[in-house]
Amino acid sequence: MESLSHAFKERSVHALKDETLQVALNRAKDGFAVKRAKAVEGLPEFDALRDRAVAIKNHTLENLDHYLERYADAVERNGGKVHWASSAEDARRIVVEICRAAGAKMITKGKSMVGEEVGVNGALEGAGFEVVETDLGEYIIQLAHEPPSHIIVPAVHKTRGQIADLFHENHQKYGLTRKLSEVPEMVNEARQVLRSKYLEADVGITGANFLIAESGTSVIVTNEGNGDLTCSLPRVHIVTAGIEKVVPTAEDATTLLRLLARSATGQDLTTYTTFSTGPKRADDTDGPEEYHVVLVDSGRSTMLADQFREMLRCIRCGACMNHCPVYGAIGGHAYGWVYPGPMGSVLTPLSVGLKEAGNLPNACTLNGHCAEVCPVRIPLPDLLRTLRHREYQLKLGLKPLRWGLAAWVWFTSHPRIYRLGTRVQARMLATLAGRKGRFTRMPLAGGWFKGGRDLPAPQGETFMAVWTRRRKERGQ
Amino acid sequence: MSATGSETTTDRPIEHPRVGLFVTCLADIYRPNVGLAAVALLEKVGCSVEVPQTQTCCGQPSYNNGDLAGAARTARNTIEAFEDFDYVVVPSGSCAGMLHDYPRLFESEPGWQQRARAMAGKTHELISFLTDVRGLDAVDASFARAVTYHDSCHGLRALGIKEQPRRLLASVGGLELRELNDSEICCGFGGTFCVKYPEISGRMVADKADAIAATGAKVVLGGDLGCLLNIAGRLGREGGGVSVYHVAEVLAGMADVPGLGDPPGSGGRSR
Repeated sequence: MESLSHAFKERSVHALKDETLQVALNRAKDGFAVKRAKAVEGLPEFDALRDRAVAIKNHTLENLDHYLERYADAVERNGGKVHWASSAEDARRIVVEICRAAGAKMITKGKSMVGEEVGVNGALEGAGFEVVETDLGEYIIQLAHEPPSHIIVPAVHKTRGQIADLFHENHQKYGLTRKLSEVPEMVNEARQVLRSKYLEADVGITGANFLIAESGTSVIVTNEGNGDLTCSLPRVHIVTAGIEKVVPTAEDATTLLRLLARSATGQDLTTYTTFSTGPKRADDTDGPEEYHVVLVDSGRSTMLADQFREMLRCIRCGACMNHCPVYGAIGGHAYGWVYPGPMGSVLTPLSVGLKEAGNLPNACTLNGHCAEVCPVRIPLPDLLRTLRHREYQLKLGLKPLRWGLAAWVWFTSHPRIYRLGTRVQARMLATLAGRKGRFTRMPLAGGWFKGGRDLPAPQGETFMAVWTRRRKERGQ
Repeated sequence: MSATGSETTTDRPIEHPRVGLFVTCLADIYRPNVGLAAVALLEKVGCSVEVPQTQTCCGQPSYNNGDLAGAARTARNTIEAFEDFDYVVVPSGSCAGMLHDYPRLFESEPGWQQRARAMAGKTHELISFLTDVRGLDAVDASFARAVTYHDSCHGLRALGIKEQPRRLLASVGGLELRELNDSEICCGFGGTFCVKYPEISGRMVADKADAIAATGAKVVLGGDLGCLLNIAGRLGREGGGVSVYHVAEVLAGMADVPGLGDPPGSGGRSR
């Protein structure tokens, strides 16, 4: 997917002014955070599970080559085929080639963030295939020609009214002409449309929440059952997954599963957890004839080798964005690429470059809420700060900020001059503010006031000045 | 916190410890009363307080904007000023957290890293120092107002400060604490964040002001001046007559001055 992250500032301001979006964000606000908190409260061993999950992920990442080979061997043993995609471009090409070779016309898709990342839909449509998203949220944004705004709730930015309009506009061709207003009606109508697509589809493409190395199994979690139908009804099943999704054993996958839904939606488990292991065997009653796995690197092995390795522990639960006050204010589209919120603010600059996405790691108050809820304990604020350091070293940030920082450092390492300067500043500001006690504007400090707030004035004397005077009075 | 060293002096209580007060640049410039309140509280728990004249800023602006060399330069100044005290006490969770992070700035300078670690191990945020290190569980102050409390993120998440200020506030005569909905949600200050992304920051502090209004309390307390300046700035703009104080001012019985951003001479409300 093409990045719009360079326009983060404009996009975020636009999002704040978008009243419909704000309605949708307000409705979603707190919902997931409250549900997660309840789920965690109901599982006393939650923190112990997190430690276990961190250990599993760290161990796997330390031995990633080994487990990937094991996984690939197991897939091939089961009759499937593994394709290695080192770049997004490779991944698109491979998927298109598989679909061409299968003589496909219609392709159904289960929700896949890596699919969004590499831009599978665009490539397939460009090659003349009909592609239908089957996850309800993904289906909605496909109709709206928009990218997801959240990694687990892709259409969270849409209001019910907007969805009703989209369905009304797009479902008439199926003879469904009534304008709907209730959620269950809309879900049923989408289901009705999608049902026929499943049966028509030649290829089903899903993502993977986990890849189990010992058995060559891919695991997906859904709440709608669309994943099952996507991987079992078409002739060909393609799994697209990042290389970091592999775990050694089924036992490990279940440990992570216990954390995933609780962290994401507050459910103990999602409604469906689907395991798929290779094509249909001789005595199976159903299943695909062909089973392909496209393992996507696309920058992941670079992350493995540098200080961002911990980011590869991410299990894509979305808890970080559900608890991020910046995400909560502006929604996901402002971030400008596939992954929004805290995890996206780490991944996006690593994928599309700091020059393009330098705003993302900076647009964070380092409040730490994301790291507090991360099921695999990724130190997101530290990683964001590391990106800021990289940006500073590459001299990519705003020049006035660099100059300001350099001046401040000089000032703070010359205590005598600092004392004098702060005394003058405190006195001057207090005098200028006068009887009001605060400023409503001030030259060179526009940013503060742009936030819709005044600036309290200093009391007048610095603490150091008061303290020195007092000591003199006490004769110390 | 990742970098609190092993050389802590907290396991051996000292009867009259020598405490270096790191007043923070914001309190020094904007709110000397916070520094005075900190001194009063520390003296009440038997500390002998000193204020090194060479202290300046903790270095967070540089650290959080990626200038680690600049942060290290500021950090050296702080370490030189404070490393000889029994404790270093800071009336800010954010700046105390920064001092705890100092060892990270000296990965390639073992000598300085050792000094940074030693100092981090004896550095405490003011309120938690009073309760957790000095065993204070009540203060002799009164403040007959309904107040609400904002938990500043760094104190809350990096230092585990949540219950300590509430415990002490419960002993303040006449004070009624009305808990703030979303008290653990960031106010939108975030250091330079608030000027780099003013619109987003403005939305966050407006939400905070709404939550404050919903409590009906006319006083907001907190433990970090950065957040408090932001909140007071928003409340001032809204003009709803809500005053903002650092929690230390109330605990020391020194909230008898106008709140942050209130007109001079408008008077405080403690005894």
